[in-house]
Amino acid sequence: MPARIEDHSRTILDTVVVVDGAPIVTEKKVDALTKVLKKLFSEAGRVREDGFYMPMSPDGKSKGYLFIGFETVEQADNAVRGLNNKRLDNKHTLLVNKFTDIEKYGDDDEEDEEYIEPPEEPYVEQEHLRSWLKEPNSVDQFILYKGESVGVFWNRKSEVPEVNVNRSNWTETYVAWSPLGTYLCSVHHQGVQLWGGDEFGRKARFIHPGVQLLDFSPCENYLVTWSPEPIQLIPENSPMRGSFPFTTADEGKQIVVWNVQTGMPVRTFSSAVGPDSENGPGPQGPKKISWPAFKWTSDDKYLARVVPGQQIFVYETPGMGLLDKKSIRIDGVVDFEFSPAVIKGTGKKDEPEHVISYWTPEMNNQSARVTLMTIPSKEVIRTRNLFNVAECRLHWQNSGAFLCVKVVRFTKTKKSTFTNLEFFRLNEKNIPIEVVELKETVINFAWEPAGDRLVIISTSDVPTAPGAPPGARPPPGKVPGMPGSGGPVKTSVSFYGLERSKGVNGQFRQIMTVERKSSNSIFWSSKGRFVVVAAVGGTSNNTGELDFWDFDFEGEKKEIPGAEEVPANLTLMASGQHYQLTDIEWDPTGRYVATSSSMWGRAMETGYRIWDLKGQLLREEHVERFKQFLWRPRPPTLLTKDQQREVRKNLREYSKVFDQEDIAEESQASKELIAQRLRLLEEWRAWRKVVEAELAEERGGVVPLAFKSEDDGTEIIEEIVDEVISEKEEEIED
Amino acid sequence: MRPILLKGHERPLTQLKYNKEGDLLFSTARDKIVNVYYSHNGERLGTYTGHQGALWSVDVDPTSTIAATGAADNTIKLWEVRSGRCIHTWNFPTAVKVVQFNEDGNMLLAITEQRMGYQGTVYVFPVIIDVEAKQAEEPIIKFSSPENKFTKAGWSYLNKWIITGHLDGTVSKYDAKTGELLQKVVVHEKEVTDLQFAPDMTYFITTSKDKTARILDTKNLKIMKTFVADAPLNTGAITPLKDYVILGGGQDAKDVTTTGSRQGKFEARFYHKIFEDEIGRLKGHFGPLNHIAVHPAGTGFASGGEDGYVRVHHFDKSYFDFLYDVERMRPE
Repeated sequence: MPARIEDHSRTILDTVVVVDGAPIVTEKKVDALTKVLKKLFSEAGRVREDGFYMPMSPDGKSKGYLFIGFETVEQADNAVRGLNNKRLDNKHTLLVNKFTDIEKYGDDDEEDEEYIEPPEEPYVEQEHLRSWLKEPNSVDQFILYKGESVGVFWNRKSEVPEVNVNRSNWTETYVAWSPLGTYLCSVHHQGVQLWGGDEFGRKARFIHPGVQLLDFSPCENYLVTWSPEPIQLIPENSPMRGSFPFTTADEGKQIVVWNVQTGMPVRTFSSAVGPDSENGPGPQGPKKISWPAFKWTSDDKYLARVVPGQQIFVYETPGMGLLDKKSIRIDGVVDFEFSPAVIKGTGKKDEPEHVISYWTPEMNNQSARVTLMTIPSKEVIRTRNLFNVAECRLHWQNSGAFLCVKVVRFTKTKKSTFTNLEFFRLNEKNIPIEVVELKETVINFAWEPAGDRLVIISTSDVPTAPGAPPGARPPPGKVPGMPGSGGPVKTSVSFYGLERSKGVNGQFRQIMTVERKSSNSIFWSSKGRFVVVAAVGGTSNNTGELDFWDFDFEGEKKEIPGAEEVPANLTLMASGQHYQLTDIEWDPTGRYVATSSSMWGRAMETGYRIWDLKGQLLREEHVERFKQFLWRPRPPTLLTKDQQREVRKNLREYSKVFDQEDIAEESQASKELIAQRLRLLEEWRAWRKVVEAELAEERGGVVPLAFKSEDDGTEIIEEIVDEVISEKEEEIED
Repeated sequence: MRPILLKGHERPLTQLKYNKEGDLLFSTARDKIVNVYYSHNGERLGTYTGHQGALWSVDVDPTSTIAATGAADNTIKLWEVRSGRCIHTWNFPTAVKVVQFNEDGNMLLAITEQRMGYQGTVYVFPVIIDVEAKQAEEPIIKFSSPENKFTKAGWSYLNKWIITGHLDGTVSKYDAKTGELLQKVVVHEKEVTDLQFAPDMTYFITTSKDKTARILDTKNLKIMKTFVADAPLNTGAITPLKDYVILGGGQDAKDVTTTGSRQGKFEARFYHKIFEDEIGRLKGHFGPLNHIAVHPAGTGFASGGEDGYVRVHHFDKSYFDFLYDVERMRPE
C-alpha cells in the first residue's frame, strides 16, 4: 500500500511546475498577474482548480515565483517545453521547471553535498569550418551534382576541376550551400544534414520528416525548413522518440525554425498563415506555399511573414516571440521587404533600427500606398500614394541606400499596363522620391550590388496574362524577379545610372537601351561593375544568349547624350551562347560565371560552362544527368573600406604579379604535359618492342597467309628488251 | 578529300570489311544483301543475294577467294568473291552475329545469338580455300557462355585464343583449341559494341555504350589506353601507319527521333592512340555510325551508318604529316 501512495503522490507532483522569474507585484496587482499567468498557462493545458499557488512574502508582495498544477503529466511537460524562457515583457522572462525536477536536481541529496570537481574534458580540436578560404590564390569551390554523385571541386579554370570530395547518394533531392558557405546541406526524407570542414564531415542533423524546402537566415544562425507532411509525434515507447525533437505543441506544424548551433527547433509554424485567415486554404485544394516563408533582417535579429490582406508578423530572435507580442495590422497588405541595411536608432533608444517596406493596394476609397516603417520602433518614416496600381514589386539595393518600387499601372482604359519606377533615396533627408516612367512592361530588374546603377529588361508585347485587377494578390510561390514563362518574347534591355555632378546626386538617367533581344534575366557580379544579361530557361525556343557588359570599361569614354554626368562607360565585352541554359551564377569573387543546364530544367543537352568575366569561354563539359552547379559562397570581406580602397588603387601592381604567376603556372603545366606525353610515348614504344620480339619468336619465321605478301604491293614488271649493239656478218668457211 | 558516298543499301549498315590488299570493300546491312566495291573509286563490283534476313557480319579470306557472311536467317554462307556464287551454307538455331577468318584463312570463327532458349555459342569451322572443295559440316569446337551473352569476338595471333566481348561489358579470353575460359576482365560498364584488332593482333580496341573505348593487351587483357567520348560508341578501329584510333557512334538509334541532329554526335572521332587525346572529328552521317573499317595500308577508312550510307574516305596529306611535338622530338 505505501508503494501505491508513493506512486500516487509522485503523479501528483509530476503535474506541478515551478515558475520563476515572474514579476514581483504588490497586493493590488496580484489579481491582474494571476489572471495573466492563468491565461498563459492554460495554453499548455488545463490548470487544476486548486492548482494555482503564488506564495506571498509578509510585506504583501509576491515572491516572483509560483506553483501551477495541471490535470495531467503531459500538460505539465508541455508547459515546461512551451513556456520555459517565455518573455513576459522586457524585464521578465519566465523559467518553468517540473516540480519533481527541482527535487531531482536539487541539492538536498546528502551524498552530493561534497562538491566534486568534474573531470576536465580533454580538448578536442574542432575542424576549421572555413579552411577553404585559406587557399592562397582565393580559388573558389563549387558543387557538381550529377546522377547520384555530389562532389565539391576546386575551380581550375579551363582544366578539369580538382576533386575535394565526391560522394554518391550524398543527398536525396538536392544540395545547397549555407549563405556564407560554411555548410553544405543535403536534403533527405528524414530531414536536413549539414556538412563542413576540410573533409566535409557531418556537422548537424535536423530531423524533419518529408522536408522539401529550406532557407537559412543571412548570418547562418537559423535554418527554416518546410515539409508538406504535418509533424506527427512518434509514439512514446518508440526507440526513435529519444532523438525526436518535437513535442505535442509542434504537432501538425509544417515549418520549423532551427538553431543551427544547437541543432534544436526554436519554433514551429503552420504553413497556412494566421489563425484568422479567412482566405486560408481555399476550395482549390492545397495552397501553393510561397518560399522563403520568412524574410529576415540582415543581422538575423528579426524575421517576418505576411498574412496577405491583413497583417505582418514580426518575430524577434532568439526567443522567437512576436515583436511587442502583437502583429502589425495593415489592412490589405500584399507584400513586404526588409531593407538589407541596419540604421542607427532614432533618438529614444540606441537599439539599431531596421526598415521594412510594404505596399497596400487601392481599397476602401484609399489609394494604393507604399510605406516605409522602422522596426522595432514601428514608426512610419515615409509613405507614397500611388494610383491605378496593378502590382508593386519592392527592390532594395543591397546596401539599403535605395529602394526601387516597380509599379505596374493601368492605362486610362484599364486595358493595358505600363511600368513606373519609384526610387526612394533612404540616405537623403526626408527620403525624396524620383519617378521614372516607362512605356513598356518591365519583366526584370536588378540593382548593381553596392552601386547606384541598374539594368531593366522590358517588353512591349505583354508576355503573360495582363496585370491582375487591383487588390488581387500576386500568385504565391512565384519568386520575385523571375520571369514567368520564357517564351520567345522580344525584349529590350536598358541600363540606368545615377547622375553625379560635383559629388551631388542627380537623377537616374538612361545610359543605353538595346532593342530586340530575347534576354529575360540579369546577373550582376557580386562585386558590381560587370553584369551578364541572358535568356534563361529550359524551353526549346530558348537560344541561351549571353551578353557580358562592363559598366566601367577602361577605354575611351563614349559620350552618351543626356547622361553625360553618369559615372559609367558601358561596353558590351562579349556575347556568348549556351543553348537551353537553365542557371547562371557568378562566383563569389566576381571573376567567373558558370552557366549550366540541368536535367531539372528539362534541357536536353545537360552540362555546365565556365566563363571569365570578359565573356571568354574557359571550360565546357557535357554531363549526363547533370543537376546542379553551385559556387560556394564566401563570408563578407574582413578588410575595412580603407583597405579595400587601397587594394583597388594598387590593382595594377597586383595584376602584374598575378599575371606572372599565371604564366609560370601555365609553363609549368605545359612542361608537365610534355613530360607526361614523352613518358607515354616511350612506354608504348618499349612495350611494342617487347611484344613484337616475343611474337616473332613465337611465330618462328612462319608467316601466316594474312601477312604473306606476294608482291609487296608494287608490281614487278619484267621486260625483256633485245638491244642490237652491232651487227657483223662473217662467213665461215668450212 | 571528299568522301565517296556509297548508296548500295536501303537499311542500316552493320559491318564493313576491306580485303587484305585493301582494294575491295565489303559491306553488309539489314537489307539482306552484301555489296562489294572497289575501294579506290567506290564502283560496285557486285551484290551477293541469297540471305533471307538481315546481315550482321562479313569477312573475306586472306587470298580474297571466299567471303563469309553471317545473318539473322540463322545461316552462314560462303561466297565465291569473283562470281558472287553461294558455295556453302551452315544452318544454326539462332542468328549469326559475327564471322571471322583466322590469320591463315583455314578456320572460320562464328558466334550465334542467345535467343529462344538457345545459348549464345562460339563455333570454329574448318575452311578450305577453294571454291570447288566440299566444306566440312561440323565445327572443330563449339562452346557457350550461358550467363553472359556474347556480342563480339575475334581471333588472336597464331590462332591461340578467341577473345570475346560481352553484353555486361566484360571481355573474355578462351583457348581456341579447347574452348576453355582462360581469363575474364571487366572492361566496360555497359555492352561491348565492337572489338577490332591491331594489324599484328597483339592488342585490340573495344568500344561500348558506356561512351568509352579501351585498348587491351591481347596476351594478358590488361587495359592499356582509355578513350572517353561524349556519346555511346558503336565501333572503333586502330589505324595502321599512324598512331590513331577512329571511334564512331552517337545517340542510340531508338532515341534519334527525339533529338536534333546537332545533338546526335554522329561524327567519326579521331583520337591519338598513345596520348588518348581527341584530335579531330569528321561529320557526314545523319545517323549513328554502326561500323568503321580502316584500309589495311592505313591510307583511308570507311564508315557505315544507321542512315544506310557508306562513306569511303581517303586521307589527305595533313593526316600523314600531323605529329605531336614529342613525336617530332623523338622520331622512331
